[in-house]
Amino acid sequence: MLASQQGRRSTWDRWSGMLFVAPYLLLFVLMLVVPLVIGFRLSLTRGDLFGIREEVGFANYGRLFADPVFIQVIWNTLYFVVLTVPAFAVLGLLLALALNQQSRWAAVLRAIFFASTVLSVTVVTLIWRLVLLPEQGLAAVLANAIGAEPVAFLSSQATAMPAIAVTTIWWGIGLPMVLFLAALQQVPRDLYEAAALDGASRWRTLRSITLPSIKRTMVLVIIVEIILQFQLFGQAQLLTNGGPNNSTRPIVLFIYEAGWKQWQLGYAAAAAQILFAMIAIAAMAQYYVSSRRDAA
Amino acid sequence: MAGVELSGVSKRFGDVSVIDNVSLEIAQGEFVVFLGPSGCGKSTLLRLVAGLEQLDEGAILIDGNRVDNLPPGKRDVAMVFQHYALYPHMTVRDNLAFGLRNTGVSEDEIGGRIATAVEKLEIGDFLQRRPGQLSGGQKQRVAIARAIVKQPKLFLFDEPLSNLDAALRARTRIELAQLHQQLRTTMIFVTHDQVEAMTLADRIVVINERRIEQIGTPMEVYRRPATSFVASFVGTPKINLVPVTAANAGGLAAARMPDGTLLETTIPWDEALARDGATLGLRPENVRITGATQGQAPATARVVERLGERTIVYAALADGTLLTTEDRGDSTVQPGDEVGLAIDGNAAHLFAADGTGHHAGAA
Repeated sequence: MLASQQGRRSTWDRWSGMLFVAPYLLLFVLMLVVPLVIGFRLSLTRGDLFGIREEVGFANYGRLFADPVFIQVIWNTLYFVVLTVPAFAVLGLLLALALNQQSRWAAVLRAIFFASTVLSVTVVTLIWRLVLLPEQGLAAVLANAIGAEPVAFLSSQATAMPAIAVTTIWWGIGLPMVLFLAALQQVPRDLYEAAALDGASRWRTLRSITLPSIKRTMVLVIIVEIILQFQLFGQAQLLTNGGPNNSTRPIVLFIYEAGWKQWQLGYAAAAAQILFAMIAIAAMAQYYVSSRRDAA
Repeated sequence: MAGVELSGVSKRFGDVSVIDNVSLEIAQGEFVVFLGPSGCGKSTLLRLVAGLEQLDEGAILIDGNRVDNLPPGKRDVAMVFQHYALYPHMTVRDNLAFGLRNTGVSEDEIGGRIATAVEKLEIGDFLQRRPGQLSGGQKQRVAIARAIVKQPKLFLFDEPLSNLDAALRARTRIELAQLHQQLRTTMIFVTHDQVEAMTLADRIVVINERRIEQIGTPMEVYRRPATSFVASFVGTPKINLVPVTAANAGGLAAARMPDGTLLETTIPWDEALARDGATLGLRPENVRITGATQGQAPATARVVERLGERTIVYAALADGTLLTTEDRGDSTVQPGDEVGLAIDGNAAHLFAADGTGHHAGAA
């Protein structure tokens, strides 16, 4: 009697719990799982905007890996991620450490550094176009002032991607900075006081107290930035449109052009699946490495 | 030579003064307790000694050396924090070794010192654990061990027992007293708990509103409170403070209580007691319950608290003034009973209008 009552109770508990998560679950399935499945399904077909023409199996994937442009956009994207993600983590942390104070100046500077984040990508690329213009741009003016030859950053294969990376870092540095600031403010003050009484130098305090205390935020920042920077699109399209010579063409731009300019929807969908896999693998690898180090 | 010397120490946070011209000498090996209510400045004073706050005026000397311009790590002091402040990502062992490594103590020496401290505080079982895996009491022992291994000239304790439950607090209190007996190092202990102060201190420094009210041994502070604040802060149950009119009765003070009772004391008469009215201080144990027709003053029992070894009776005088009084443990007094109060005038205190205490016998 009692047991059956308990059985009924736990069934009810289980289903009432489901009710609470149902609204989110429904949206999650509709907005994420369904498109993901449709995307994968699409990647196995050949078709255009008017519909699917035929099932082609994994032929699109085969074509992708035989396409030298696609191989190059993968390397471009990885190069961009390597240029930006460590810079976001390090610069964001340094800014947060410098601005983690109660002074008026720190508050003003925090606001300034965060301000760029709220700009749209069109405004950001416009600003940086003006900076990077080979003749009248701010960079050229500065180069002339110190007697150096102005560099045409966006039209050289060697400098175009780093220029896009700098633009992106300038644009997005606010997010890692505020995440690190929030983490730094969570570190109990008495830990620092104990370290001061223990005669720890500033460097030693940073290494032994601050960094271990914000390790989780470091992992979060790196994973978030990996996910964001793999999806480079607007800056590359507006600053260089993938040039010169495809050297700044990222995967998302490739997908966009394959899908919306050449109408090869299946081919674009297959490229999107590969991007998804790359992001998932990179983020999980970072998580795995950092949680293993945590356990050690 | 003084273990610690504070002279003319002041501290302001912005426009707010938190420590005002405090001077104090602590002898080598002495256990001194800073006692006072929350916000009185006692923790700030401790933090000034530790170097966690910078002082605005005055000087602090430890072992004769001026330290107020030195960073905390160079003052040769160790501190136990209220919330332990153990490094959460280090093992207990690394917590103990951290400060020693920073000052370049050899690994052999570190091992030896940790072994001694571990034995003293019985924390050997969890040297490899992290603070998050320890109970409050265990964390407290580790925090104390971390202070001990540094072998400092001075120990600072900032309300270290306030996060422990009552039983553990009593036990840790005894252990701290034993520790002081073994180490004989100067210790400063901050608390708002007068029981901790009374039981641990060689001398108590009672602090109120940014300044020192009284410095004395626990019994001096209890028996001869310098001010009415000290009298009311030290002692449980609280001392009775009754407004009275004091008069000179042949060189000794006599106090007329609100209900008209005249209490003769052995306190030498002082004109200051006549001005603006005085306050009579009576410890509950000096106001005993007797038969209804006996004692100096009739009263009515209002509330009776039976503690076992004694009984606390809150009794109202004829005019309604409520006094905390004591009776034997097997008292049969019931609320509403008419009782007599036997007041020990020899143990009474009088406080002048400015709060200054006057006591029986020569000052």
